Amino acid sequence: MATEAGDGGLHFDSVLSQFEVKRLFGTGPVEWYTPTNVTLWLFLIIVATAALLIWGTRGRSMVPNRSQSMAELTYGMVHKMVEDISGKDGLKYFPYIMTLFMFVLFANFLGLLPKAFTVTSHIAVTGVLAFSVFFTVTAIGFIKHGAHFLDLFWVRSAPLAIRPVLAVIEVISYFVRPVSHSIRLAGNMIAGHAVIKVFAAFAGIAAVAPVSILAVVGMYAFEALVAFIQAYVFAILTCVYLKDALHPSH
Amino acid sequence: MEGNIGELGQYIGVGLTAIGMGGAAIGVGNVAGNFLAGALRNPSAAAGQTATLFIGMAFAEALGIFSFLVALLLMFAV
Repeated sequence: MATEAGDGGLHFDSVLSQFEVKRLFGTGPVEWYTPTNVTLWLFLIIVATAALLIWGTRGRSMVPNRSQSMAELTYGMVHKMVEDISGKDGLKYFPYIMTLFMFVLFANFLGLLPKAFTVTSHIAVTGVLAFSVFFTVTAIGFIKHGAHFLDLFWVRSAPLAIRPVLAVIEVISYFVRPVSHSIRLAGNMIAGHAVIKVFAAFAGIAAVAPVSILAVVGMYAFEALVAFIQAYVFAILTCVYLKDALHPSH
Repeated sequence: MEGNIGELGQYIGVGLTAIGMGGAAIGVGNVAGNFLAGALRNPSAAAGQTATLFIGMAFAEALGIFSFLVALLLMFAV
């Protein structure tokens, strides 16, 4: 840990070491089937999600207890978000967006625990999520509208002369979507956790230690906020992309 | 003082990517400031627009994150 600097020096080496994929048992190379810390935390994310949504609502009481009302609030928030942004016909895809939201939310929050591994800090993980959204949404668009889905790139409200230029821009922005969708989440997580570690490394110098510890506390609170906002943004952008697929004409 | 000139350029480049963060800061500040200005003029309409606020912030912020990504690539991938 960067904070364990006994000799009063700065130890920045471990700032990015928290994102290393390591074997859980034994030593040796990491193969695709090796149980790693990623496997462990992915499993814990599923356990936490199930604990909130299945175990938390086991009473099914009319007057919900604390865990049930938390689950209901989460469900209601995502449901309203899908309905507001994607429209009524977007509600068919609510389970997918709810799954994405819960996964990213718990990945971000569990990653904030000390010594934890942040699964969403890896572009491999967020990239799979973002590209699956991209392919799903594109498939929905083509299945629902056929060739009319391409109206998304042909802005009819614009003058005819600038429509080809706009079409090029729209196509580029459409294909950049999965990249920005995944890098936004991974980048936010890497940056936030690295900043906490950098402040923690300054705690090794006695003169600035109180300031740096306060800064760690402040950044930690901010990161808890960011963890929620990024999960929310990830889900909301999925809704926006879904809306474009369901209603391609501008 | 000895060193590799390529490494020097690499570190200067990493430092320059921090300028991108300033651009993202201006963008996010613009979104939040304009939202607040609009929300204070018509508070009853503000609650319905928080989703738009977050979408706008996410788009503005993503470009700052891209500069951070360039910095990481320069540091570790080049």
